[in-house]
Parts: sequence; C-alpha cells; structure tokens
Amino acid sequence: MTATPGATPTLVLVGHGMVGQRFLEALAERGLTATHRVVVLCEEPRPAYDRVALTSYFSGRTADELSLTDMEFIAAHGIELYVGDPAETIDRAARTVTARSGRAFAYDTLVLATGSYPFVPPVPHKDATGCFVYRTIDDLLAIEEYARSGATVGAVVGGGLLGLEAAGALKGLGLTSHIVEFAPRLMPVQVDEGGGAALLRTIEEMGLTVHTGVGTQEIVVDSEGAVTGMKLSDGSELATDMVVFSAGVRPRDQLARDCGLTVGERGGITVDEQCRTVADPHVFAIGECALAADGRVYGLVAPGYEQAETAAATIASDEAAFTGADLSTKLKLLGVDVASFGDAHGTAEDCLDVVYSDARSGLYKKLVIGRDGTLLGGVLVGDADAYGTLKAFTGSVPPVSPESLVLPAGASGGAQLGPSALPDEAVICSCHNVSKGTIRGAVTEHSCTTVPEVKKCTKAGTGCGSCVKVLGQLVTAELEASGVEVDKGLCGCFAQTREELYEIVLALRVNTYRDLLDRYGREGARGGDGCEVCKPAVASVIASLAPTIGASGYVLDGEQAALQDSNDHFLANLQKNGSYSVVPRIPGGEITPEGLITIGEIARDFGLYTKITGGQRIDMFGARVEQLPLIWMRLVDAGFESGHAYGKALRTVKSCVGSTWCRYGVQDSVRMAIDLELRYRGLRSPHKLKSAVSGCARECAEAQSKDFGVIATAAGWNLYVGGNGGATPRHADLLAQDLSDTELVRLIDRFLMFYIRTADRLERTSTWLERIPGGLDHVRDVVVEDSLGICEELESLMAAHVAGYADEWATTINNPDKLARFVSFVNAPDTPDPVVGFVPERDQMKPDLPLLSIGMRPAEDLLEGSAQR
Amino acid sequence: MTLAPETTDLKVQLQLADSWFTACDLNLLTPGRGVAVLLPDGGQVAVFRDRTDRLYAIDNRDPFGGAAVLSRGLTGTHQGRPFVASPLLKQRFDLETGECLDDETVRVTTYEVRTA
Ligand code: SRM
Ligand SMILES: Cc1cc2nc3c(=O)[nH]c(=O)nc-3n(C[C@H](O)[C@H](O)[C@H](O)COP(=O)(O)OP(=O)(O)OC[C@H]3O[C@@H](n4cnc5c(N)ncnc54)[C@H](O)[C@@H]3O)c2cc1C
Ligand code: SF4
Ligand code: FES
Repeated sequence: MTATPGATPTLVLVGHGMVGQRFLEALAERGLTATHRVVVLCEEPRPAYDRVALTSYFSGRTADELSLTDMEFIAAHGIELYVGDPAETIDRAARTVTARSGRAFAYDTLVLATGSYPFVPPVPHKDATGCFVYRTIDDLLAIEEYARSGATVGAVVGGGLLGLEAAGALKGLGLTSHIVEFAPRLMPVQVDEGGGAALLRTIEEMGLTVHTGVGTQEIVVDSEGAVTGMKLSDGSELATDMVVFSAGVRPRDQLARDCGLTVGERGGITVDEQCRTVADPHVFAIGECALAADGRVYGLVAPGYEQAETAAATIASDEAAFTGADLSTKLKLLGVDVASFGDAHGTAEDCLDVVYSDARSGLYKKLVIGRDGTLLGGVLVGDADAYGTLKAFTGSVPPVSPESLVLPAGASGGAQLGPSALPDEAVICSCHNVSKGTIRGAVTEHSCTTVPEVKKCTKAGTGCGSCVKVLGQLVTAELEASGVEVDKGLCGCFAQTREELYEIVLALRVNTYRDLLDRYGREGARGGDGCEVCKPAVASVIASLAPTIGASGYVLDGEQAALQDSNDHFLANLQKNGSYSVVPRIPGGEITPEGLITIGEIARDFGLYTKITGGQRIDMFGARVEQLPLIWMRLVDAGFESGHAYGKALRTVKSCVGSTWCRYGVQDSVRMAIDLELRYRGLRSPHKLKSAVSGCARECAEAQSKDFGVIATAAGWNLYVGGNGGATPRHADLLAQDLSDTELVRLIDRFLMFYIRTADRLERTSTWLERIPGGLDHVRDVVVEDSLGICEELESLMAAHVAGYADEWATTINNPDKLARFVSFVNAPDTPDPVVGFVPERDQMKPDLPLLSIGMRPAEDLLEGSAQR
Repeated sequence: MTLAPETTDLKVQLQLADSWFTACDLNLLTPGRGVAVLLPDGGQVAVFRDRTDRLYAIDNRDPFGGAAVLSRGLTGTHQGRPFVASPLLKQRFDLETGECLDDETVRVTTYEVRTA
C-alpha cells in the first residue's frame, strides 16, 4: 500500500528520539503541521523520552515521567506516530519509505533522526549473557532485571560521561562496581588531566573501583555462556557478573548507506549547513546521526536541537544555518558537579591556564584565558555553580581577574560573578539558545513573574536543566529591578508569609484566626471564611505560641476546633474508606510487656488491624469515628497518650538500644530519646518533626535522616539537623559536637523554635535549611552564637510549651461536649457509616473497597486509582 | 436516636423530594465545619455552617475516593464562593453548586437547607 502524494505534501520523520521530538515541535511552531501530512516512524516501543535523564530511572523516575511526548500535542497537530515500527528501506528514486510492518509512505521530504548506537569493541564473547549497553529504557530494564537476579559485581567498559553514569547506576543497584577506561584518565573528552584526577579521587571515595590505562581484551564466560569476568590488557583478570559497554557511540547511518546517501569516513550522514543531505535535496538528517557541515558528529542534545530548528526553518523556506556548536556540558555525575565549556583543553595559540585545585575536597577549576584576557573556556570539577555565568562570559573579557574567579567564594580574593554582570547577548540557555536579553524581555514585556512562566515563554531551562539556577537569579533580579512585587503570600487570603504571620501573632498577641484574617488578610478575604491552606497554618502558629499569647493550648477549644485539618479535628488519621487509625505514643520506642498486651487487647476487642510502623510504634487501623473515644478511654486508662500521628507536630524520637545493652554503646540513647520525646511532644510546627538518638557512631537509630538527630560520642552527644527520609532524602548536617545533656537540650530548644518561627507552611527542616539565606552557617550563628540575640526568647517560648503540655486525648475524653462530634451522623449518633466495611486478609482485616463504589458512577474505576492520585 | 442535651428552637432542615426533613439542632453545627446527616433512604448529606451562619448542604460522598467524608473537610471562600476541600485528596467543591473546582466534569448533588 503506497499513498500517493496529493495536494498536501508529506513529511516523513524516521526516528522519534529527543531531536526528532524537538523537530516536531519546531514544525508545529512554524505552522508546518497544518500544511503537511506528518508521519513519524518510531523504532522504540515508546515515543520520545528524555534520554539525558535516563539514569534518573534508577533514582525513582518512572518511564512515564521520562516521556517528552505530549500525546495531546501529537493529536492536536494531526501527527501520525507509529510506535514500535522502524523504517527498513528507503527508495529515493520512488521517494518512499517502508517500515517493518510493511506500511509504506510516499514522501516529499524525508528527515532522518536515527541517533546513535552504542559501540561495542570487538572482544571475544562480547555478546555473552550478562553483557549490556546503556542507551534506551529497554537497556535499563534489562540491566536492572539481571542485576536483581543474583549479580553482585558489575563492570563498565568506558570511563566517559555515560560510563560513569552506568557505573553509578550499577552501584545504586547494590553491585560492587568497576570502571575500566583505556585512556589514562576519566572523562578524557571533557576534562583535562587535573580535572580527571580530582574526579578520580571523588569517585573512588564513593566506593567505585577505577582501572585507567587498561583495555578490555576478552570477556570470560562459564559453561553456560554467562559472564564471569574479563581479561584486561595488563594481564590481570577482573571477576564480574555483568559487563556494561559504554565505549562511545556511532551514528546510526545504515539506512542512509543502504539507499546511497553520502556518509562520512567515520560515519554520519553528510549534510550541509541547512541540515540537508549533500546527496539528495529531499532528505535531511539531524541529531546524532548527522555529520554536520563543520565536519563533526555532535553527541550532545543541544546541537541536535539547533539542527532540528535549522531543518524546520529550511523546510519553511526561512533562512537558517547550523555551522557548529560548542561542546559545553554541565553534568551531575554520581553527585559530583562536572562542567567544561568553550576551549576546555586550551588548544588556542598562546593561551594561559588559571588553575585552582584542592585535592582534599575534590575541587578542580581551570580557566583558559587568551593573551588579551578573553575567557576562552574552562573545566570545573566538584563545584560547578559558576558554570552558567562563566560560560556566558566566554569570548569576552570578564570584569574581574581570572584568579579571583577560580578561588572558592569564601576565600579572600575569591569573587562571585552574578549574572547581572552579563551583557544582554550572553547565551544563558544553550540548549534552546536563549540570551539574557530574551529572558529579561519575558519578565519586562511578557509579564512573566515566575521561573515556570519564563520557561514556558522562552523555553529556557527546559533542556538539560543546567541553566535553571542562573535563570532563577535573573528572573528575581529583573522583577526586583522593575519594582514588581513578588507575591510570596501564604495563600489567596493572606499576602504575608507564614513567618510574617508568626511575627504578627507573637508581637501583637493576636490569638484568633478571625481577628488575624479580618485585620491582616488580603482585601477581598477579610470577613470571609479563609481557606484550607491558611486555616491549619494559622492554627498551628497559634498552637505553638498558645501559652505565650494567651490562647488555649487545647487544639479543639473554641474557634481552634474549626481551623484544624480534618485529621487534627478528630485527633486521628483518616483512611481511604473513612475509618481512622490510632497511634499511641511510645516514647523512644520503649514499651513494657503490659503495654504491648494492652494494645493487643484493645486492638482485638475493637477488631482493628495492627501494624508495627516505621517509627518504632504500633498503628491500629480501621476504627470507626464513633469508636475513637472508646478506644482512647482504654488507652488513656492504661497510661498511653496521643502519638500525634495526625498532627504537624513531633512524631517519634527513635532510639537504638544504646549503652545499656549494646556492647558498642557509649551513652544511654534510650533514656535520651525518651527525655527528648517527652519534652517536645505536642509541639505544633510548620511540618512534622522526627528525631532519633543513636548510642554510638554505628547509628542504628538512623539519626542522620531526622529533623534533629543525636549521636552519642565518648564525650557526650553530637547534634545533627535538617535530615529527611521521605521523597527527597537529605543527610542531616552536624550542628554541634560533644554536647552535655543540658547543652544538647538547650540547643534543640533553640533550633526548633527558630525553625517554627521562620519556616514556611509544610516546609520540613531539610528544605528550610536549604532555603534560608546563609543556610546552616546562619542557623549555627543564630542558635549557637546567638547572633540575633533571640536565644533567650526562643528558650522561654519552649519552656512555656513544655510547662503547658497536656495530652489532648485525655482532655477530650473528659469533655462530653467535644465527644459529641465523634459520631458518623449528627442525627443518628448510634448508627455507623454504612460504607465503612471490612473484609479479611492474612488473619486480619482491611477496608472493603468495593463497598465504596456502590452508587458511584460505574464508568469510573476510581477505587484502585485513588491510591495513586 | 438520641438528641444532644441543650436543644434550642432552631432546627436545620433539608429539602427532600416531597418534604422538609429535620436534620438536627442548629447549635450542633460549629461555624466553619460540617456534620453528616443520615437520610431516611440511607443517603448521606454533609451540612456546613459558615461564620455568618449561612448553611449549605451537599452529598457527603467524595466522588473521587468513594468514602462518605466531605462533611469532615475544611471549608473556605475562594473568590467569594464558599467551598469545602475533601479530606481525602483535597479537591475543592463549591458548596452552592456542588461543582468540583479542580475538575469541572465532576459535581456532587446539592440540597436546599433552611432553619426553622
Ligand atoms: C504508619 C506509617 C507507615 C508504617 O506503617 O510504618 C506512616 C504512615 C503515613 N505517613 Fe509516613 N508513615 C510512617 C513513617 C514514615 C517514615 C519513617 C520514619 O518516620 O522513620 C517516613 C520517612 C522519614 C521522614 O519523614 O523524613 C515517612 C514519610 C512520610 C511523608 C514524606 C515526608 C517528607 O518530608 O517527604 C509523608 C507525607 C507528608 O507528611 O506530607 C507521610 C505521610 C504519612 C501518612 C500520614 C499519609 C496520610 O496522610 O494518610 C500516613 C498515615 C498513617 C496513618 O494513617 O496512621 N509519611 N513516614 C509510619 C508511622 C510512623 C510513626 O510511628 O509515626
Ligand atoms: C545515559 C545518557 C546520558 C546522556 N547525557 C547527556 C547529557 O547530560 N547532555 C547531553 O547533551 N547529552 C546527553 N546524552 C546524549 C543525548 O541523549 C543525545 O545527544 C540525544 O538523545 C540525541 O538525540 P537524537 O534524537 O539524535 O537520538 P536519540 O535520542 O538516540 O533518538 C534516535 C531514535 O531513533 C530511533 N531509530 C533509529 N533507527 C530508526 C529507524 N530505522 N526507524 C525508526 N526509528 C529509528 C532510535 O530507536 C531512537 O529512539 C546522553 C545519552 C545517554 C544515553
Ligand atoms: S548505634 Fe551503636 S549503641 Fe546503638 S545499637 Fe547500634 S551499635 Fe549499639
Ligand atoms: S542550558 Fe540546557 S536547559 Fe538551558
């Protein structure tokens, strides 16, 4: 079946990779999708995705999240996309392309964007079971499956950019990882010898073994043909269960060769400055498969995007040319910043190097300077913050001396060049070729006020992402310069930040929400009902200051009851079917056999599902709202208190067994954990607070993943702050060392109160510490050195909290008024909610989900989906 | 069915197909929060009172998750319109029209409500 070209010309794109997708967008922007029939042949089983971010698959990004293809875009522009159907032959005389499925398309214009394939050196057994390459999502899936099926050691052939990424991924999969690189240093293309050495040290410190200056001679296999090791050129043998080849890429030009298009000596489809093949004016080639007019094949995405633009412009009869691109790159490899830009290797005549290197901290910075002082290029390893600015200065004489640019920011003589010093023509985003002037214009002329808006308007920052930091600085600077007020307000009701509201509440003793809203709310919000964002936030501020500002410390008193988040309102956590969970406090995770028996009996009597939590306590699920008071009466009777699992408050202080039992313990971590948990229980804060105390440096309590973590030393305690598990894990930072018990508690008091005072709503200590100006150093100045002179106040606020603490469940069960609300129905207090039902599973019970769907619209299969929303 | 001790004269009533159904005493409603009412046919209605004592009533069922929990959500005003945010996944529903403010294809039933 061959379609004949009719009135609308047909454009066929072969290859739907990163560049192919960018090309489609460029076609749409120029209106060419309206005037052409556009057909796309995509070989992989999924449409274009972000290959640059491929490795992030191993840190949790899903294949879906990597996608670059908006199916609505494809549909809206009438693009015919054939997924999993590669082009097999091209007949240039007849101008047809035939795909594997047998579909054939007549074209007026053909665009090849077939990318590259990984080069595998021709060593014996290179195709053995356990040998892989690293290019596509399918490659990753195969590597992951093999690694999980019992491999313990992995080796990567090639120590370039991709090789390091692959080695990091293997390590992330739990394998002992080796890198074998033929050249004498890592990343030979991007960095020079000094940079390679700095990189080597850092990579080795991470536990990867690097073998440079050796080649791979043979893959060793067992009787079943599976990899067991590799023979190296220095005669040694490396035992390994799997091998990933990452020894460079080669242009995929076979299709072009087969139909007689001209290809370069070392591969690549030869094109002119318009990206048109030199052999056939109807055929274009873009991206990694193309040999550009400057005689190079570009292996980076930015030049590919430029080629995509050029080809689209040429097809639209606009003038455009791709004459070459620079090879600047900034990467975060295994957590190490590596950047090179411009003439990184100093190949220009008469140029000088300015180098700063600190082997101990893995820092290496080199700038290449021309004879007249022009910045020609450079290499940054370990700290590439200045990359965006320095790259933009390339080709001009920077306003400060080159020496001061490579010195660390704190060092005397070190200077930081802000992006404000850049000329308007400086290119900020090289992926999309966006200049500083264009970004400023987005703010001043197109009234963008946020980075996402500027990204959308200019495309800057939507490629590799390395320019986003500079972009943010420029946007803020521009907004401030033009006098635009950046709305940092808490929500539609308040123009103030949470911190400002805290100060108002504290200083003016405003102790009701209504008063705060009517006096300090935004114009239109005064007199209204507020919203679900500011109500709980203000409730939390009032609760954490309650004794000081003369408000009730009981969160269900008066107006406060109406403000609380739904969970706080019922002092329990809502579950998906409308039932609740109950978590009694178990300070430090220590519990008596009697305590365990009581919890067990209660759970059994009320038929609750029980589970040991990740926070060293016991959660009982499936309580109906009317059962909560009955359950708590028994718990309170047995001496238990609220665990605040529902509140933005202190959760748990986990402990390890410590010096009492453990042969390594140097301090009594259990006692300290209990003391801390009892001190800070009930403290309302911007987000939940978690803590842990370990009895020695082995850290069995995982204190370094907590908002405040304590680790015993021979001399006392080390205090760590700003740790986080959860979605964005962060290792805590050491705030102070070898503290006595009293010093420890005093410092935590100050730290917590300072956090509560200055953090945004729902901002954990980890994000707060990263956000506030000055970061950890500033916090240390404030809470250790008392640089603001507020420590006394912080301590007294905490003292007031500790003195005023009362268990809110005990208060509630003794208050008949409050208990009245714990019913399913106001008009039938004894009737349970009929949609709360349970079914058995593994000897306990679980929510009866099908019950929830009765009476729901049948077309919507919301039940299972709701868990993922 | 047991009634709360302090009864006042004012009752909250809901308009059903053919009559006004008395749900509860007005003083059982805290301004800014809701309660759930069981209807004679087994249906559930969430009734809310705002700070100016205006009443609203919508179906109690969260159409996204299926649980009958809208009465336990936080209320507020958005551009002058009263709304409740579901405690499950936080979608907002206009209390006057029942429209979901985050997904215009979804709407919950609303009821006439009065005090008498
Ligand atoms: C029960 C428990 C899981 C378990 O079965 O083990 C749990 C269950 C919930 N977690 Fe968790 N988390 C539990 C330990 C953790 C831990 C581990 C820990 O504390 O050691 C973490 C990672 C550590 C951390 O927070 O840094 C954790 C990180 C989260 C997060 C992500 C927080 C973040 O900063 O990224 C949320 C979401 C949030 O708070 O916004 C969350 C939220 C929740 C909520 C409240 C979700 C919700 O709104 O329904 C769950 C309700 C529990 C319930 O109904 O009782 N849970 N959650 C654990 C209770 C511990 C306890 O005794 O209090
Ligand atoms: C792990 C990894 C990390 C990277 N990191 C960076 C980075 O940090 N910075 C950077 O600039 N670059 C990076 N790159 C390189 C970047 O991904 C490529 O430059 C870019 O993807 C090239 O785009 P392309 O469209 O030319 O090729 P590709 O994205 O490879 O797309 C080509 C597509 O064409 C398909 N195809 C081939 N033949 C046919 C056929 N006959 N019919 C139909 N379809 C066909 C292929 O299956 C493929 O899907 C990285 C690459 C990898 C693998
Ligand atoms: S952290 Fe140290 S003291 Fe605590 S249990 Fe582990 S090894 Fe023992
Ligand atoms: S430089 Fe890559 S996104 Fe801007």
